Amino acid sequence: MRILVTVKHTPDLQSQRSFTDGRVTRTAEDGTMNELDEYAVEAALQLVEAAGEGEVYALTVGGPDAVAAVRKALQLGVHHALHVSDEAVGGSDVFGTAKVIAAAVNKIHGEAPLDLVITGMAALDGLTSMLPTALAAELDWSQLTLASALSVADGEATIERHLADAHETVSAPLPAVVSVTDELNKPRFPNFKLIMAARKAPVTVWTLEDLGVNAADAGAGASRTTVVDASERPPRADRVKVTDTGDAGTQLADFLIEKGLA
Amino acid sequence: MTTVAVLIDHRDGAVTRPSLEALTLARSLGTPVAVWLGESPSADAAAQLGEYGATEVRVVDVADARLAASAAAALGAASDDADVIVVISTFVTKEIVTRLAMTTGAGVVVDAAGAEIVDGKVEALQTVFAATWNVRTRIDADKAIIGVRPNTTQATPADSAGAGTIIDVSVDLPETRERVVSVAPVEQSDGTPLAEAPVVVSGGRGTGGDYTLVSELADLLGGAVGASRDATDEGWISHEHMVGQTGTTVTPALYVACGISGAVHHRGGMQASGTIVAINMDPDAPIFEIADFGVVGSLFDVIPQTIERIKERRGA
Ligand SMILES: Cc1cc2nc3c(=O)[nH]c(=O)nc-3n(C[C@H](O)[C@H](O)[C@H](O)COP(=O)(O)OP(=O)(O)OC[C@H]3O[C@@H](n4cnc5c(N)ncnc54)[C@H](O)[C@@H]3O)c2cc1C
Ligand SMILES: Nc1ncnc2c1ncn2[C@@H]1O[C@H](COP(=O)(O)O)[C@@H](O)[C@H]1O
Repeated sequence: MRILVTVKHTPDLQSQRSFTDGRVTRTAEDGTMNELDEYAVEAALQLVEAAGEGEVYALTVGGPDAVAAVRKALQLGVHHALHVSDEAVGGSDVFGTAKVIAAAVNKIHGEAPLDLVITGMAALDGLTSMLPTALAAELDWSQLTLASALSVADGEATIERHLADAHETVSAPLPAVVSVTDELNKPRFPNFKLIMAARKAPVTVWTLEDLGVNAADAGAGASRTTVVDASERPPRADRVKVTDTGDAGTQLADFLIEKGLA
Repeated sequence: MTTVAVLIDHRDGAVTRPSLEALTLARSLGTPVAVWLGESPSADAAAQLGEYGATEVRVVDVADARLAASAAAALGAASDDADVIVVISTFVTKEIVTRLAMTTGAGVVVDAAGAEIVDGKVEALQTVFAATWNVRTRIDADKAIIGVRPNTTQATPADSAGAGTIIDVSVDLPETRERVVSVAPVEQSDGTPLAEAPVVVSGGRGTGGDYTLVSELADLLGGAVGASRDATDEGWISHEHMVGQTGTTVTPALYVACGISGAVHHRGGMQASGTIVAINMDPDAPIFEIADFGVVGSLFDVIPQTIERIKERRGA
């Protein structure tokens, strides 16, 4: 079983997230591996462990600081770390990112076939959940998204997904792109030995040229959208906080009625 | 004039309210045409779409468009001539529009709170980072796709109605590798689904698993019941009720958080709500940082009194 997991470097949820020049501010201190990608790493490790053989690759696309995302994946136990780092990638939209990730996947797949690419259900900065679909289309592989259960047997992957109106079971032949939700598993914590080993483990760094991707096909130039304005919202004004001494419920009702909400 | 195709969401043959909101938004961008996937709509449904401005109702009678690639092909066939496509942003439609954009070169903004045409280009508005930032994005590509969140546009009928003429569109669905093995419909609780509800009353760990009061308040306010992840993980209430970054994002006019601490994951899914009320025993709970009206107290004391008072004042 050979699996590649995509991991994104995103600002820590607890940090002061912001925009600079129309792009998400990404710093080394406040950045981390997208929390939802931990479920993708866990899914890959479990499949390989169950198969008793195989390898897991972690891949990130982003500036120099993004290496933190694959280092985190190494701490969790993946075998190989890949980092596409190229100034020309900056400002990519989902379609540009998908092109770059697909080129990296094809490079690994060309060395020896991969069975799966596993992604998180969303990157917690943009929360678009579009990349897995774009990647499957770009690779022309099977697409199985939002898996809350996943099994692989006889050259097929099968997932369950919980949508607002229905629970579905979907199957497709390998190789497949699978995105997984935080319902799928409980991600492990890194152990001391792996943390030490991850510090020294090699990270393969690729440029767009290494991947044969034309710089004009990725990055801000190829993006189909441009952020023209980003501004911090003012905090909510006129907030009221009461401590219940017996009539707070009544006060709340009066507030709702006065606001025309009840 | 710009043609704006709107993918209509319908349940049991009826047009959902977010679809009317999307048509209202579409009118401000150009001339709306409705796209209806599935069996032909009733005359009433088509008339309603006309009332909200649809000049045409383009019907693609696909028996099964559960897979993103199939639905994208169907939507694409019905929106060939459209410069702008509007859908209601959900996990499912995000996949459909991603597929469509891969074949058409369209630029996409999802989870939008609105859109307008500026200098001939569509600009979409979003609130991001748990609603702490406003972002305006221009779609540079020739074709623009916008996923709008429910409750972000006030649905109003058009001043002059559209004809709502039904037009059948045929499409050859692509071969897909994926196979839907089974579909089990989710039992829908009465009333409006969470994402569309004008009022959401949510209960968290603080309910201790008893949703009686939360449900009663939700009913009284004409709203839906939400929950935190801890509550759904406990099995107190089903996953469909979960509000938050990995659950349902809601933007109701009123959000009432009962016994919910306000973890960033939860806030990410509700912080853009109109008015936020929090009831929590812990005066330091983070939810109070974003509550317009916060009550430090037990939900078991506060909610019954609120319900009683509302009933009393309504009766008066
Ligand atoms: C990857 C990831 C994704 C996540 N996604 C989501 C998500 O989408 N949505 C989500 O909600 N969470 C999500 N979570 C979980 C989130 O981090 C919090 O753990 C969760 O929201 C906490 O739920 P809670 O507020 O009900 O419980 P708690 O944090 O335990 O808070 C319970 C609150 O109830 C109060 N309380 C107790 N008794 C009473 C009473 N009688 N009256 C009034 N108040 C009372 C307490 O003071 C406390 O503040 C996610 C976590 C992870 C790691
Ligand atoms: N730049 C990136 N590098 C690596 N993986 C990514 C990148 N962007 C998105 N992904 C993956 O795609 C998933 C969904 O992201 P998104 O569609 O942006 O919400 C994430 O959970 C990651 O697994």
